[in-house]
Amino acid sequence: MPDTGAPLLRAHGVTRRFGGLAAVSEVSLDLAEGAIHAVIGTNGAGKSTLINVLAGEIAITGGSVELLGIDVTHWPQPKRAQAGLGRSYQRTTIFPRFSVFENCRLAAQATHQVPWNWWTAAADCPKSTALAREALDRTGLAGLADRTAGLLSHGEKRQLEIAMCVATRPRVLLLDEPLAGMGAEEAQRMVELLNRIKPTHAILLVEHDMDAVFRVSDRITVMVNGAVIASDVPAAVRADAEVQLAYLGEVHV
Amino acid sequence: MMATIRRLFVPLTVMVLLFAFPLATTGFYLEFTSKVMILAIFALSLELLVGATGLVSLGHAAFYGIAAYATVLLSPKFGAASVFWLLPAAVTCSALYALLVGALSLRTRGVYFIMVTLAFAQMAYYVFHDTKLGGGTDGIYLNFKPEVILFGTKLLDPGKPVALYYVVLVSLVLVFLFLAVLLKSRFGRVLAGIKSNEQRMRAAGFATFPYKLAAFTLAGALAGLAGFLVAVKDGFVNPEMLSWHESGAVLLMLILGGMGRLSGAVLGAFAFALLQLFFQWEVVFGNFAKHWPLMLGGTIILCVAFMPNGLIGLPAQWRARRARKTTEEARA
Repeated sequence: MPDTGAPLLRAHGVTRRFGGLAAVSEVSLDLAEGAIHAVIGTNGAGKSTLINVLAGEIAITGGSVELLGIDVTHWPQPKRAQAGLGRSYQRTTIFPRFSVFENCRLAAQATHQVPWNWWTAAADCPKSTALAREALDRTGLAGLADRTAGLLSHGEKRQLEIAMCVATRPRVLLLDEPLAGMGAEEAQRMVELLNRIKPTHAILLVEHDMDAVFRVSDRITVMVNGAVIASDVPAAVRADAEVQLAYLGEVHV
Repeated sequence: MMATIRRLFVPLTVMVLLFAFPLATTGFYLEFTSKVMILAIFALSLELLVGATGLVSLGHAAFYGIAAYATVLLSPKFGAASVFWLLPAAVTCSALYALLVGALSLRTRGVYFIMVTLAFAQMAYYVFHDTKLGGGTDGIYLNFKPEVILFGTKLLDPGKPVALYYVVLVSLVLVFLFLAVLLKSRFGRVLAGIKSNEQRMRAAGFATFPYKLAAFTLAGALAGLAGFLVAVKDGFVNPEMLSWHESGAVLLMLILGGMGRLSGAVLGAFAFALLQLFFQWEVVFGNFAKHWPLMLGGTIILCVAFMPNGLIGLPAQWRARRARKTTEEARA
């Protein structure tokens, strides 16, 4: 049940240095269930690096990460994923030759791996097939289940990637520019999808589409040169003079 | 139902023909086919790595050769060993070396992985090549072929070519079926996922390293089975079995047959061996036959250029071309 009290993911003073460059510097943020927390900033502000550090894909230099109350700062990525952390990538990361259904089923299999059972067909695995079907229903892709993933439209592929995350039953989702390269109609469908999965997940959203960000977010954090310059509800961020100077002014909202 | 029959028609026909083959022939062709079926097992073991998991290894002959040497070196000097301990022992030697090589090489990727597997195979090659352990460059003979005795009854005599032929054929069928079932299982799907997109697999929560290591060790063990069979068949082993030529040849079998399909590996082994035999044929090529590697290499280059999916992919390639032609005609 939604526990609105404690955040599901808590980043505290997260820092990542590449040599002398601090790509992410002292970033602290909380992700709560049922809320979308957007992180915006210009290219090179460190948004993707932040996601990579939180997901455990690149090592942290300083600070700590807490997932569901457990310190996961030094856990490898698969272990964090097992503990309930899902992520999508800026470049679509799916299995292009598999069917849409198998994409979701294989992702869901991560929750119930039984690798030693070599004689039972994966297609007969009741747990992963049930999870996959549920994820496709929730994300509105059920009608495309038998299609080859690589032949989907760009927007559908992006949706599939989210469906694959949902299939692993995560509590926290880190989404790296899910609207990248989408037309207005596709973007609208994605926004609807985000709103549909929001109640049961804590979502961190990195996105360049300001229109969508201000529409779906419950909270916005603004990053410049790896550091947080503002973090507040959308209306307050929009009004912030420093943010307007550093970022929004150029984009023209 | 019809689809199942159609799908199984070719493999079943091939199997029936192979089972009936000794009724029609003896001598050279029987031994040649035994050898090719052993190579097919070897190719299938590499297919598990290259085709199924996307790990291109250029050192697979090490596992083939180590089991072959183990078969000879573990056999008693004066008398026959029992297959029931010699085979597991030989396969275990290969599996252990694969576990070691895999644990170290799987930390690298792409061309580095190719180089590290090659280096480990060459290391094993020079151990047998430069030390007295296995008779050095001359190799070593297996004095007594292992016995297949269960409860005091001799089940068959591997010294007889026909008996050995059937042992090899049954082994090939079992390895093929085992891999077919394995690749459909959850384990097999994880390997396919790793081949397709390892990043997504890790993001979903699969620790991919243990899966790759398991696949590498299993592939080494199956190559070991092929090595055991060839040692029993030939009664002789030499260091060339572990050389990079052998690793390269088995990789070429996969490329020729078509990767990503088990039947491609079997077809590739037969095609490679038959091409080799053909180009060595002095009746056709006269003196030029001694340059058979040149002709074989050229043929393989042509195959890669014109059949990107190998021999097994030809029907699909033709179908696609015909479909393209039909749409073009419809447009015109």
